Amino acid sequence: MTTLLNRKKRRIDDLAESAGTSLAADALKRMSRSPVAIIGGIIVSLFVLLAIVAPFITPKDPYKRYPELLEHSTAEFVPGPMPGFILGSDEMGRDFFSRLLVGAQQSLIVGVGATLIGLVLGMIIGGAAGAFGGWVDSWLMRFTDIMLSIPSLLLAISIAALASRGSQTTVIIAVAVTTVPIFARLLRGAMLAQRHSDHVLAATALGVKRRTIVFRHMLPNSLGPVIVQSTLTLATSIIEAASLSFLGLGDPNPDRAEWGLMLGIAQSRIDIKPELAFYPAIAIIIVALGFTLLGESLREALDPKNRR
Amino acid sequence: MALLEVRDLRVVFQRRGTEPFSAVDGVSFDVNPGQTVGLVGESGCGKSVTSLAIMGLLPARGNKVTGSVKFEGTDLLTLSNREMRDRRGRDLGMVFQDPLSSLNPVIPIGLQVTEVLERHRDMPRKKAMVEAAELLDKVGIPDPTRRLSEYPHQLSGGMRQRALIAIALACRPRLLIADEPTTALDVTIQAQILALLKELVQDTGTALIMITHDLGVVAGLCDEVNVLYGGRVVERAERHQLFAEPRHPYTHGLLASIPRLDAARGEKLVPIKGSVADNIPWDSACAFAPRCPNALDVCRQVTPALEDEDRRSLRCHNPVLPGTPAAQEVPA
Repeated sequence: MTTLLNRKKRRIDDLAESAGTSLAADALKRMSRSPVAIIGGIIVSLFVLLAIVAPFITPKDPYKRYPELLEHSTAEFVPGPMPGFILGSDEMGRDFFSRLLVGAQQSLIVGVGATLIGLVLGMIIGGAAGAFGGWVDSWLMRFTDIMLSIPSLLLAISIAALASRGSQTTVIIAVAVTTVPIFARLLRGAMLAQRHSDHVLAATALGVKRRTIVFRHMLPNSLGPVIVQSTLTLATSIIEAASLSFLGLGDPNPDRAEWGLMLGIAQSRIDIKPELAFYPAIAIIIVALGFTLLGESLREALDPKNRR
Repeated sequence: MALLEVRDLRVVFQRRGTEPFSAVDGVSFDVNPGQTVGLVGESGCGKSVTSLAIMGLLPARGNKVTGSVKFEGTDLLTLSNREMRDRRGRDLGMVFQDPLSSLNPVIPIGLQVTEVLERHRDMPRKKAMVEAAELLDKVGIPDPTRRLSEYPHQLSGGMRQRALIAIALACRPRLLIADEPTTALDVTIQAQILALLKELVQDTGTALIMITHDLGVVAGLCDEVNVLYGGRVVERAERHQLFAEPRHPYTHGLLASIPRLDAARGEKLVPIKGSVADNIPWDSACAFAPRCPNALDVCRQVTPALEDEDRRSLRCHNPVLPGTPAAQEVPA
């Protein structure tokens, strides 16, 4: 393990001390000139920043039921904005605005968690398929084909439903599993293309060891599409996690401030206070849009055809 | 004993449901230490496949390689993958056609030079970097220390090919195979690269197999030339003999189709008519017969054998007579 870390460190040092511009540096430079990337970047960084600081900046306790809100709440009325409560009450007498802010954190945890797990599993499967080829490739790809043949939301619902009691972890796992086959396919395809590339043939002609060929020559050249896909997957997994919560397959604890869950609960009060559904929905849309814009511009920046 | 003895090398590509296809059909030649041997022919004649077969770089499936490739007495075709990996880069080096795609785009040049030093000469990274700078200097790359940290796309085409030659020669292999190393470069760079190869080969005593379709490259570099057609050697001669007196109608046609500065004004280039047929009918005839101006009936009925005469070999029933001018030989 330590040797692996050392090797990684050495590699990073190699890259750091190099005067040349790498492909990655080049892509970053091009992204900084693209308005789409800048908009996406701003949305995403604001979202991440909000998710980190949300618990500290909420004006009220998002989990507390405030008597001054409760006393106005009736079966036909949910209080709107009032002093101290920017967006008024939610359906249970809690501060709606504070809960919206904290919801960002939940979405980030679920989105990043699910994407990371999916990415790691997908890269292991796709990397093995691409590196070994042959029957390993065939078996792993038939497995991912089966997973891909089930619509992703349906797959996520089935996995989440398997858990006896919904929780945030089951949501993360359920969403992560649906992203695995996409990552696996992408990496496998890119690795296969690398296998037959001239520079891999040239490295083979130098007697370079197979492990080195896979990890130094094939893998780094195959990462582009996977990186792009993970940005896009962040958007879809946030939406998918919200859908699971909305359908009641997430953590059933009504205290949890989660946009999907808030959206689901708001259904019962949508005729009285539509904002209860509107704001969480808008939040989900903006965040998903931010990641998608970022992903798309990343794809463009990494596209070798756009190199100047 | 020759450094490399290729005997009756055959590469048959066989895919399920298709006819087997002999890309290389019984090729034999020798390479002596320090000698430069050319393999010449048009696209599809089997010259690249020959080199890949020598290096053991053909894909594991879909082909059958027979014959023998003896390198210093060891048959490379019988070696295991692991043994072959130890020899590649150390005993046998190879330079490919396209210098840009032959370099890994995401890692600096330096790492790609040191990689082979670390692999075969067990050098630590620091020492290998110093050696790498010396190697780049030797192949004529200015400011080598700075170049080590640059990426392939920052080098010019000629620089890239120089870097690849440096990598191929890093472990001082006894045999270097250059597969059309100048095809992707423009003419002035081409001349520089050829001069560099010639110089390095003379300095280090490395034997060189030069694979090319360009007879100009052969004329400047090779000691002995093998002309391939349809996977077989049709003529083998020393360079001067071949250019002064081509005997095979194919060689003759190749030479006649080169534009010349000293040709008379208004004189037309003489092409070889037709193109390489997909199925090679060497089994029962001469494969070149359909395109050959000298073809006789016997050429379409009997496979000519490769016959040695006076330090050259020829596979032809009706060779070109010495002194035949090109224009009369191939009717337009």
